[in-house]
Amino acid sequence: MNNIMNMFKKTRYATIPVVQEKKEPQRPLDPDSERLNSKRRIELTADAESFEPMFENIRSENPLGFEGYDERLAMLCEKTNLTEAVTTGVCTVEGVKTCIAVMDSEFLMGSMGSVVGERLTCLFEYATENSLPVVVFCASGGARMHEGIFSLMQMAKVSGAVWKHSQAGLLYISVLTDPTTGGVTASFAMLGDIIIAEPNALVGFAGRRVIEGTISQKLPDNFQRAEFLLEHGFVDILCKRNELRTTIGKMLKLHTGEDTK
Amino acid sequence: MRSPYEKMQIAKNVSRPNFYSYVNAVFDDFTELHGDRLFGDDSAIAGGIARLGKIPVTVIGTVKGNTTNENIQRNFGMPNPEGYRKALRLMQQAVKFHRPVICLIDTPGAYPGVGAEQRGQGEAIAKNLMSMMSLKTPVISVITGEGGSGGALALAVANTVYMLENAVYSVISANGFASILWKDAKREKEAAELMKMTAQDLYAFKVVDKIIPEHPDGAHISPEITFTALKKELTKDIKKLTSMSEDDILTGRYEKFRSFGVFTKI
Repeated sequence: MNNIMNMFKKTRYATIPVVQEKKEPQRPLDPDSERLNSKRRIELTADAESFEPMFENIRSENPLGFEGYDERLAMLCEKTNLTEAVTTGVCTVEGVKTCIAVMDSEFLMGSMGSVVGERLTCLFEYATENSLPVVVFCASGGARMHEGIFSLMQMAKVSGAVWKHSQAGLLYISVLTDPTTGGVTASFAMLGDIIIAEPNALVGFAGRRVIEGTISQKLPDNFQRAEFLLEHGFVDILCKRNELRTTIGKMLKLHTGEDTK
Repeated sequence: MRSPYEKMQIAKNVSRPNFYSYVNAVFDDFTELHGDRLFGDDSAIAGGIARLGKIPVTVIGTVKGNTTNENIQRNFGMPNPEGYRKALRLMQQAVKFHRPVICLIDTPGAYPGVGAEQRGQGEAIAKNLMSMMSLKTPVISVITGEGGSGGALALAVANTVYMLENAVYSVISANGFASILWKDAKREKEAAELMKMTAQDLYAFKVVDKIIPEHPDGAHISPEITFTALKKELTKDIKKLTSMSEDDILTGRYEKFRSFGVFTKI
């Protein structure tokens, strides 16, 4: 009862947090789950020189007039050489044409504001119109606070586009990478026909510190790790990074009728 | 004119009418249906069948208590995954029997707990967002108090969304916003101003279609004003929505959410 009362006092807020803590629980140094920027991720996934970016022309505004947001975005664009927290386009993976989206945790923690939502929605719509599969690499702290309610609405918008794509009988592979949390977990990340996770990736809905505040105790290190999700039935395949490309390629081929040999 | 922060306080007032107050005052013949058929029966979300005038409807909502004891029993209106799964089960049942769905929302958010994570809070919300897009029956959602983030949105993918005059609806609480973006929870008031979380702001953004009036000091002072207004609007909109084709209902809901977002194209 006391714990519940504490929770009442401390965490009247707290859903869809942006993961922003630098110090995370100790984790084994595993080169296989180190965070990867989107450029490198595309190189590792797409066939050489097959990636063509799309929807790069969709750019952020500052709908709440949040002080410093424009400057922060401009600085991040320069620093990361990206135009927003998700890169979308088409490529081939092991010869199979697919739509692909890669989120980048170096860009405002990969958070989802209007542009991330719009680019993903456009990508799913393009895939639906052109009968293409979609592969999304998730890496996000959740909804982007700076854009308020518009960020929240992206969760429903993208989920709607995933539904239309699904209705058309097309394949959506969601790849959960470190970290996938908050409003991204609670929307398209968990809607894949096939959900793949990288070992040790942090995947969850509520932030670890919020939960610790609620239950007033420390959580074990493996809490909300990919293995934890696999154990509880929320992940199809736990896949090491060096096997991801062939695993995705195999799934794509199995759904397009191409020979997997 | 009240400040957003003051409205937020009214929205959180413990005496505010809760799910059962609305069910008893606005609907007739309510029968509660329990359980998600998978794990359990969440006490923070209730639902069942009732009549709105003569029309059978499915009513679902988050439940807060009006006392501390009731709130403990209701987990302060913070649902676990089985709550969202029960809601979805009842919505799909409504489609089968061609009943409109009405969702009443007053929650600080989905429960951040260990069990909630083990049972897939993220998956449960995500599934609701996608499945609500596909419901071949009209859905009206009403934010009656707090519309706390994804935990509220998971019942609010509707054809028509109402908010009570002093309700708030946001991506995170003002407190959480201030803590995360300014590392200073004390700037909660300032955050409430900036976030545009009031019914009036969200009406201007077209996120909300109608504002339901309250007594000048809040719905808890004289709930009848709100009950009467809500019943009138629901009756009108259910009539309008049930006369539409399934395709138009689906398209209307999809297009509503498809349009949200502020960005430029270069």
